[in-house]
Amino acid sequence: MSLPFILFFVFALIAIGGAVLLIVAREPIHSALSLILVMMSLAGLYLMLGAEFIASVQIIVYAGAIMVLFVFVIMLLNAGVEERTDYSKMAKYAGIPLGILLLLELAHWMHHSLIGKTPANGAGSANVMVSTRELSMQLFQKYLFPFEATSILILIAILGALVLAKRDE
Amino acid sequence: MNVVPVAYYLVLSAVLFGLGVVAFVFKRNIITILLAIELMLNAVNLAFVAFSQAWNHLSGQVFVLFVIVVAAAEAAVGLGIIILIQRSRQSLNVERVDLLKL
Repeated sequence: MSLPFILFFVFALIAIGGAVLLIVAREPIHSALSLILVMMSLAGLYLMLGAEFIASVQIIVYAGAIMVLFVFVIMLLNAGVEERTDYSKMAKYAGIPLGILLLLELAHWMHHSLIGKTPANGAGSANVMVSTRELSMQLFQKYLFPFEATSILILIAILGALVLAKRDE
Repeated sequence: MNVVPVAYYLVLSAVLFGLGVVAFVFKRNIITILLAIELMLNAVNLAFVAFSQAWNHLSGQVFVLFVIVVAAAEAAVGLGIIILIQRSRQSLNVERVDLLKL
């Protein structure tokens, strides 16, 4: 076991543990905090994959901004313990089998798509240095139009959130 | 050079996505369901970055940025809708939101 493998398994175990904690937690605030744990370990995995800009964006924007919004709303609405209802029998019995089925199908197709197709020089080789400069070149040259489109999307989302949350007299 | 194969990242991504689906189906609190959607988006992001590294192509990392932007927009609008639901139903349980009319 070399160091990258140990780091990978540590981060993967933290991520999966956080995701399981999200499911079993009864209070929404506990779910939100465990999701932040998942995001932190994913940022560590991005660093291992050589995507340091994505890792910092993950922490600053995702864990920092979006999750703070979630925690703020949970506190604003005073969301307490989730109440159990027995209305939906389907979710109770079909949830776990369908989730496992989806998991198996995803694993199957990933396994199939990766056999013999992984590039020789690729596959997580650490000698490729992906710089943030190249990423920004791509973002502002090749993907300039989608980038501008997302700014309009964000603007519309802000307006929509304002209109929705406005208290009409 | 002993590095982690990209298939490991993809399997982890699939496991996280599956857990997100299970949380989406299981949870009754509407805020937690939105959190499950965020978990699934995170799993997809991990797959994007892993593929971008495997194929030595930067587009995957650009897509991750777009996914994060869309997730931010979705969270803003979704939380606005949640505040509306709480205001009109006095409950965050999705079982009590069974009418299209507020």
